[in-house]
Amino acid sequence: MEYPSKLIEEAVNEVSKLPGIGKKTALRLVLHLIKETEHQTFALTEALNKLRKNIRYCNTCFNISDNEECAICTSHRRDKSIVCVVEESKDVMAIENTAQYTGVYHVLGGVISPIQGVGPGDLQIESLVLRVSKSTEIKEIILALNPTMEGDTTSFYLNRKLQGLPVKVTSIARGVPVGGDLEYADEITLGRSITARTLFH
Amino acid sequence: MFLQQLYLFNFRNIEEARLSFADRIICLLGKNGSGKTTVLDAIHYLSFTKSAVNPADAQNIRHGEQQFVIRGKFQEQETTTEVTCAYTTGQKKIINEDGRDYAKFSDHVGKYPVVMIAPQDIELIWDGSELRRKFVDSVLSQLDKTYLENLIVYTYQLKQRNSLLKSFAEAGRVDQDLLASYDHRLVPAAHYIFEARANFLKFFIPFFRDQYRYLVGDVGEEVSIEYQSDLRDKDFATLLSQNLQRDVLLQRTTTGIHRDDFDFRINGFELKRHGSQGQQKSFLIALKLAEFQAIAEKKKFKPILLLDDIFDKLDDERIHQLMRLVAQGQFGQLLITDARADRTLQIMETEKLNATIFRVENGKVTNG
Repeated sequence: MEYPSKLIEEAVNEVSKLPGIGKKTALRLVLHLIKETEHQTFALTEALNKLRKNIRYCNTCFNISDNEECAICTSHRRDKSIVCVVEESKDVMAIENTAQYTGVYHVLGGVISPIQGVGPGDLQIESLVLRVSKSTEIKEIILALNPTMEGDTTSFYLNRKLQGLPVKVTSIARGVPVGGDLEYADEITLGRSITARTLFH
Repeated sequence: MFLQQLYLFNFRNIEEARLSFADRIICLLGKNGSGKTTVLDAIHYLSFTKSAVNPADAQNIRHGEQQFVIRGKFQEQETTTEVTCAYTTGQKKIINEDGRDYAKFSDHVGKYPVVMIAPQDIELIWDGSELRRKFVDSVLSQLDKTYLENLIVYTYQLKQRNSLLKSFAEAGRVDQDLLASYDHRLVPAAHYIFEARANFLKFFIPFFRDQYRYLVGDVGEEVSIEYQSDLRDKDFATLLSQNLQRDVLLQRTTTGIHRDDFDFRINGFELKRHGSQGQQKSFLIALKLAEFQAIAEKKKFKPILLLDDIFDKLDDERIHQLMRLVAQGQFGQLLITDARADRTLQIMETEKLNATIFRVENGKVTNG
């Protein structure tokens, strides 16, 4: 596409690098920004600058945090004996939104995938093992990784690394979604929920 | 299964063609390079979502154009469905059935089964084990969805494992726990595939022997397919641990069902070295006819049979035997191509078969 200005082109190129945003959407956003007041655009760039400069990760669980320790890790109301292991910070947010979990987290920062060059050393795996072995409080580790081939491999690896430590390792259940239709559930999910059925109470 | 109509647009050397098939037997006659195989390949596309000839979709668009479209109207008992396959340069290929796009092509494969007999089948005998595995995989994937799923898991996890072995070499250190994380998925998948391949051959070989005996007559030739696999004598977990040193050294997985082979034998000897040309051709045709029977038996309906240029390769006796099967109604719909029009017309007349004749010339297909 031909742009009327080099400035527009540069801005479009940068914005379209964001996930889920193509060239057309990027152009719409850029044109919208220049229509707005200068103040509004600078508020955005300022927020982004501050985000980039000051963002940090919790020293304990590696979730995104404003301080050295995140709000969840420092809270007195959280149960420190249960640690839920997730891939990314967005998974913490998803589980927090359920309001069903009162334990703490550990964010790996991804999953193992040798094809993409991601090994255990690139993830927060050693820090998890260290955290568990140093703690006297932790009783249970919940593996809550995505049910993909890489997620399963990583769970298997974590379970191995945690063997020998005095903790119970559990995994989130897989099954039929609420409000779903058995007929349309895929065979693997349905098969798993049959074999891992629970007592009705 | 019956193909009633076929529409082609900018596919290979055909600009546009609309074909209606009324008869069970359809003959496409025309010189070499005129576009006969193109028509058969279009049907192959609708069945397998890919070409039998050229795996690169982009190279199947007519020269200088941007898009090809293939559409077929299939009839099975009382229901008709329309399948469309379209590819535009730089975009994702689309397969749809009655206007609904498929999310996964693997859901489509097996629904409109087609068996193709073509001159390049000879590669099955001459080339490496990969083609023979592909042949068995393609038949089994159409019959058993779990097989296809296990094959996808195995192939993917194997790729991960091989990348891992390479990274071990770079790091100069082996992480046994990480290796075990891949092996625990590979092992059950490999065992499923091994069992399925072994069982399939047991089911398949009687069909295959019958077909061969029928084609060549009772001349005391014994044909067989022997399944070679590392998993025959040992379970896969043991094999993986035994080969660990070598795998690390060579930076790839040196044992498993990705190294299986199917030995083609005649009277106990290797077909490739000891079979005559005629025996090899009969072997291949029997193999494909047995594929046809195996699919028909499991699916409870007959696949469409595509015979590309096969009269050239067979002597009169074998052509006669094959056409007798056609006359007996062993097959469903059948498409035949031939460069020598007079020969095919004569065969149809001798065997008293009604056929729809199409003439193909320079990418134009005309009825009559």
